[in-house]
Amino acid sequence: MTTTELPLTTPLARLLLGRRAFGPLGGSKAPVLIERNMVVYRRLWLMLASGFFEPLFYLLSIGVGLGKLTGAVDGVPYTDYVAPGLLAVSAMNGAVFDSTFNVFFKMKYAKTYDAMLATPLRVGDIAVGEISWAQLRGLIYSAAFLAIMVAMGLVHSWWALLALPVTVLIGFAFGAVGMACTTFMRSWQDFDLVTLALMPMFLFSGAFYPLSVYSHWIRVLIEALPLYHGIDLLRALTLGRVHVGLLWDVLYLMVMGAIGALVAGRRLERLLLT
Amino acid sequence: MAQITSPELPPAVETALIKAAGLRKVFPPTRRGGDAFTAVDGIDFEVRRGEVFGFLGPNGAGKSSTMRMIGCVSPVSAGELTILGMDPRVDSSRIKARLGVVPQEDSLDLELRVRENLLIYGRYFGLKRAEIAARTAELLDFVQLADRAESTVEPLSGGMKRRLTIARSLINSPEILILDEPTTGLDPQARHVVWDRLFRLKQAGTTLVLTTHYMDEAEQLCDRLVVMDHGRIAAEGSPRDLIERYSTREVLEIRFAPGSGEQEAAVAKAEGLVHSGERGSIERIEELPDRILLYGADGEAALAAVHGSGITPLASLVRRSSLEDVFLHLTGRTLVD
Repeated sequence: MTTTELPLTTPLARLLLGRRAFGPLGGSKAPVLIERNMVVYRRLWLMLASGFFEPLFYLLSIGVGLGKLTGAVDGVPYTDYVAPGLLAVSAMNGAVFDSTFNVFFKMKYAKTYDAMLATPLRVGDIAVGEISWAQLRGLIYSAAFLAIMVAMGLVHSWWALLALPVTVLIGFAFGAVGMACTTFMRSWQDFDLVTLALMPMFLFSGAFYPLSVYSHWIRVLIEALPLYHGIDLLRALTLGRVHVGLLWDVLYLMVMGAIGALVAGRRLERLLLT
Repeated sequence: MAQITSPELPPAVETALIKAAGLRKVFPPTRRGGDAFTAVDGIDFEVRRGEVFGFLGPNGAGKSSTMRMIGCVSPVSAGELTILGMDPRVDSSRIKARLGVVPQEDSLDLELRVRENLLIYGRYFGLKRAEIAARTAELLDFVQLADRAESTVEPLSGGMKRRLTIARSLINSPEILILDEPTTGLDPQARHVVWDRLFRLKQAGTTLVLTTHYMDEAEQLCDRLVVMDHGRIAAEGSPRDLIERYSTREVLEIRFAPGSGEQEAAVAKAEGLVHSGERGSIERIEELPDRILLYGADGEAALAAVHGSGITPLASLVRRSSLEDVFLHLTGRTLVD
């Protein structure tokens, strides 16, 4: 139908939702948004680099540094234990930052989406394009971080190859929900809520220590939160402790992303096509 | 994307590129229990190929809402709207592929440079990069921004940004260019440059649809226009047509010292000159807060008659009637307040 698409892999959003989910809202022209963002970030490579160094510094400080003081956790050295947790956190942070602050700025101030909607692009193209971009960016960070984990000998299994698609899945889930939340934001003050939601999830979801330290009910609460499922998946893959129960984590993140993407698409349509 | 320029239209729409009948735009209440707001209240119009069609009216008349419906970014609330023979509810992408849009608020991509703005915008239309590159060079020349191609957007002046927006809107060689208040906020010199470029586009056969609340802009550019007020069309015709129909040939403006009460007295005296049948007879008086307008065939003669009847204005001006007078006559209000 069009000759516009970049030779990129089909974004996960489309893979999961299919063409029909976006129906008249579009979605097939999303690759041009990625093309636009690539032109912008060609100059902002430093900003891209910071997204990579953040989890690396955490790994060196908490994993290696603090790891010297702790013994083995869950049967493995502490650095090996904490690294997949940080990988999940960085996948979450990257996706949330892109789909909240960046999207809000483009929507409310830069009028980027208004300009796009004057062209054949549709709201669905914008939603899928921005969510996919967040994933693509996250994929680059994750690949680099995984490479470092391999180099440091923190990866115990070939299952770790699946960690990359899983980070994309985490990015999709958080990016889609982040974008959906952004459509409800009224001002920059509302973004404090994002920090308020992310911070405790980052600290308490089991990135740094096993959930066995908690009482039963706190454990149930943490297991209901999305970051826990991302951490659980990645840790199982890099430590080679794969079991069928992981499919539940995958399902959780897929459903979360699908709901987020649908809400984001609908809300964007209401906000932009008035 | 070969369909962008393919003229696969049925012959019937060749006469009217845009057709609206009973077109309405109603915004739902912003608060619970609030009232719905009717921005466009059932309007009919037709835009023909190759003409410059204008919507003239004050702020809040419903011009922008109409433009957004034509641009397929605002759903039609009721009535019929056909653009290039298609229904925006069904074919918005196909319509937008053949439109150029210059929005009221500049929406240039500040994260991209001047040339990249055109390049990426062209990609949104699915055009090939080589094609866009060639066209970008042409368009930047056309809007006199070739030397700023590698500049960022931010430091450009208001006039330059508007010209860049116009260049961007032309990247897909649109059949219809819609412009929402193309020169609002520009200084006089920048306005003339924009007008000149728009006039050249018209000469080249592009159909232009524009909104404005400047009567001089409407008179300079429009072949045909509708006067809008409160979401309705008050009159329709060519600028000359409208002036002939709704105003006199000349206007005498007289001013008095503010707060002196002289203006009220003068209005009472001037009533005697209306249809006096003598030289300097006037047809109609409009009183504005700061001046009185006397409409007649001969302004100088009217001024003599005013002096003759014992009115001594502080200042006076005789001029030709304009669309401003048409608007005043139709709505009792001025266009720009």
